Amino acid sequence: MSNATKSIAVAGAVAAALAASLSAPAHAQAKEKCFGVSLAGQNDCAAGPGTTCAGSSVVDYQGNAWTLVDAGTCADIELPAMADGSERMGSLEALDRDLPA
Amino acid sequence: MNVDQDTFRQALLDPKAPRPTGLSDGHGLEAGRRFDVYRNNVTVSLAEALETAFPTIAKLVGAQNFKLLATSYLRQYPPTSPLMMFYGKDMPAFIQTFEPTKSIGYLPDIARLELALRHSYHAADATPLDPAILQSTPPDTLMASKPTLAPATRLIRSKWPIHAIWAFNTLPGAPKPTMAAQDTLILRPDLDPEPHLLPPGGGAFVAALLDETTLANAIEAATTEDPAFDLSAMLALLITNNALTDLKD
Amino acid sequence: MFDENPKPIDRLPNAPGVGYKPQHFADITNDPGVVGWLEIHAENYMGDGGRPLAQLRHLAETFAMSAHGVGLSIGGETRLDPDHLKRLKHLNDWLKPASFSEHLAWSTHGAEFLNDLLPLPYTEATVTRVADHVDELQETIGRKVLLENPSSYLAFTESTMSETDFLREIARRTGCGLLLDVNNVFVSATNLDTDPIAYIDDFPLDHVGEIHLGGHDEDEDDHGAPLLIDSHGREVADPVWALYDYVIAKGGVRPTLIEWDNDVPDWPTLEAEAQRAQAILQKAVA
Repeated sequence: MSNATKSIAVAGAVAAALAASLSAPAHAQAKEKCFGVSLAGQNDCAAGPGTTCAGSSVVDYQGNAWTLVDAGTCADIELPAMADGSERMGSLEALDRDLPA
Repeated sequence: MNVDQDTFRQALLDPKAPRPTGLSDGHGLEAGRRFDVYRNNVTVSLAEALETAFPTIAKLVGAQNFKLLATSYLRQYPPTSPLMMFYGKDMPAFIQTFEPTKSIGYLPDIARLELALRHSYHAADATPLDPAILQSTPPDTLMASKPTLAPATRLIRSKWPIHAIWAFNTLPGAPKPTMAAQDTLILRPDLDPEPHLLPPGGGAFVAALLDETTLANAIEAATTEDPAFDLSAMLALLITNNALTDLKD
Repeated sequence: MFDENPKPIDRLPNAPGVGYKPQHFADITNDPGVVGWLEIHAENYMGDGGRPLAQLRHLAETFAMSAHGVGLSIGGETRLDPDHLKRLKHLNDWLKPASFSEHLAWSTHGAEFLNDLLPLPYTEATVTRVADHVDELQETIGRKVLLENPSSYLAFTESTMSETDFLREIARRTGCGLLLDVNNVFVSATNLDTDPIAYIDDFPLDHVGEIHLGGHDEDEDDHGAPLLIDSHGREVADPVWALYDYVIAKGGVRPTLIEWDNDVPDWPTLEAEAQRAQAILQKAVA
C-alpha cells in the first residue's frame, strides 16, 4: 500500500470508529464496575485477631498444608503444556510431582 | 534490657525467632504471647491486603491455599511503601518460584493483570480528546501524529488466555478458558477500570502507542504482527472508553 | 495535580464524625444523619486520581474533613521517609483538611513498612526522637498536627515515664496537639492493669483537638489476664462510653470520631453509634 492509500484507509477507519463510538452506551450511566478494586489494599489503624493465628505459627506448604482438595477454580481450568514448551501443565495437577518428598 | 526496633522486627515476621526480652505485662511478668498480638496484626493485615488485591489468584488456588501463599509472600516481600494500595508488586515473580504454584504457567500473568487493574484504578484522571479533532485532522497529519493514551491505560500481553481466565473467575456465566495467547487492555472510561480482550494485532498496536510512536508506525507494527488487524475496531474501543487523550506532533 | 478543595472547612465541629468507608458514599451524600464530619486515612488518598480522589473532592465540599495518617512511623528509630513526607504535604496542600493527625507508634523499619502501629518505650531518648520527628512533620506540612495515644498490649521494662507524661512533654516541646483515643485508654489500662480514670485525670485535656472511639475484642494473656485488642470491628463497648462521658464532662466537648474498620457495618448501624456520641456531647452543652 502506498502512503496515500494508507492515509485514505486510515481516514475511513477513523470515520467508522467515530460512528461506532457514538452509538455505544454512555458510560456516565453505567453502574460502578470495580471488580473489588475499590476495597483492595486499604490502610487503616485497626488491630487484628489477637494472640492466636497464622502470624505466630510456622507455615509449611511442603507438608499437607497445601491441598488440592480445597483447590480453587484452577482445578477446572484445563490448559495444555506451558507456553514455553516445557512439560509442565498449566494446572495444579502437576503439584504432586513438584512437591519435595 | 532495652528492645531496639531491629530486635522487635526480627521476631515480628519470624514465628520461630524467640520473642524479645525486656517486654512485660506491666507488672513484672514476661510479655509472652502479648507479643503475638503484633505478630498477628502484621501478618494478618498484610495477608488480607493481598487477598483483596489478588481476588482472581485467590479463587484460582483456593482460599486456604491462598492464605499459605500470602503468608509466605509477606514474609519474603514485606511492603516497601506505606501505600497499601500498591502492595504486592513482586507477586508475579514470587508465584514463579513458590513451589506449589510454579507449575501453573498462567498464574504470574494473572497477577500482572490484577496489579495493573489497581494501578489503573489509582491513575491520574485525563480529559478525552474531542472527537471533532480526530474528524478534522487531515489523514497525513493523523498518520504522523503520536496518539496519547490516558494514564489509566494498561496493557498485559500474555502467552496464556489470561482475559478468559480472569473472566471465568469474575463474570457470572463466562465460558471455560481454552488455550490461546491473549493481549488484555485495561481501560478506565471514567472511574472504573475494565479489562478488554484485544483483537489480533491490537497488542502490538497499543504497545507501539505506549512507546510514543506515530500512528503510522503503530499501524505498521500491528499489521506486521497480524495482517487482519482492524484499525477501525481498535480506534472505536479506545474512543468509546475515553482512552485517547491527545494527538502529539 | 488538580485544583484545590474549593471551600475547605477549617475546623472540625464539636459533633460526631465517622471514619469514611467507600461503601457508605451514597448513604453519606443522601442523608448523613447526625454525622457532621468525616475522617480519612491519608494513605488511601495518595494515588494520582480515579474514584478515591473523586469521592474525597466531592465529600470535602460538604463535610469538614480530618486526615489521619497511619504510615509515617513517627516513633521510628530511623529518619522519616522523605517521599512520604512529600505525599503528606501534597494531601494537606490540596485538601486543606480541618485536622491532621498521626500516631505515637512506629511502623517502618529500614525499607520495610510493617502495616501496624508498633509500641515504643517511654524514655528520654524516645521523647527526643519523637519530638524531632513531630517538628519535622509540622515544618514540612506547615501546620499543627495532633498525636494519638496508642493501644498497648505490653510494656517495656526500660520505660522511665508514664504515657501521659510522655505525651505532655511532646506537646510542650513541639506545640503539637493531642488526639485522645478513649478506647485505646481503656484497652491499655485493662491490658496493663492500671486505672483508666487516673489516666484521664493526668491527661493534658487542654491539648486535645479530637477524640476517637472504637470497638475492641477480648482475648487473654498466658496467665489468663484479660487482653483487649483494638480491633475497630464492632460497637464501642459500654465501659468505653462511660469513660468518654467522664472525659467530656471533665474536659468539655470535642469533635468525636467513631472508628469502624473491620467487618464494616451498614450505614444505619454506624450512624447509630454517632447518635450515641451526640447524646453525650449534647448533655455536656446543656
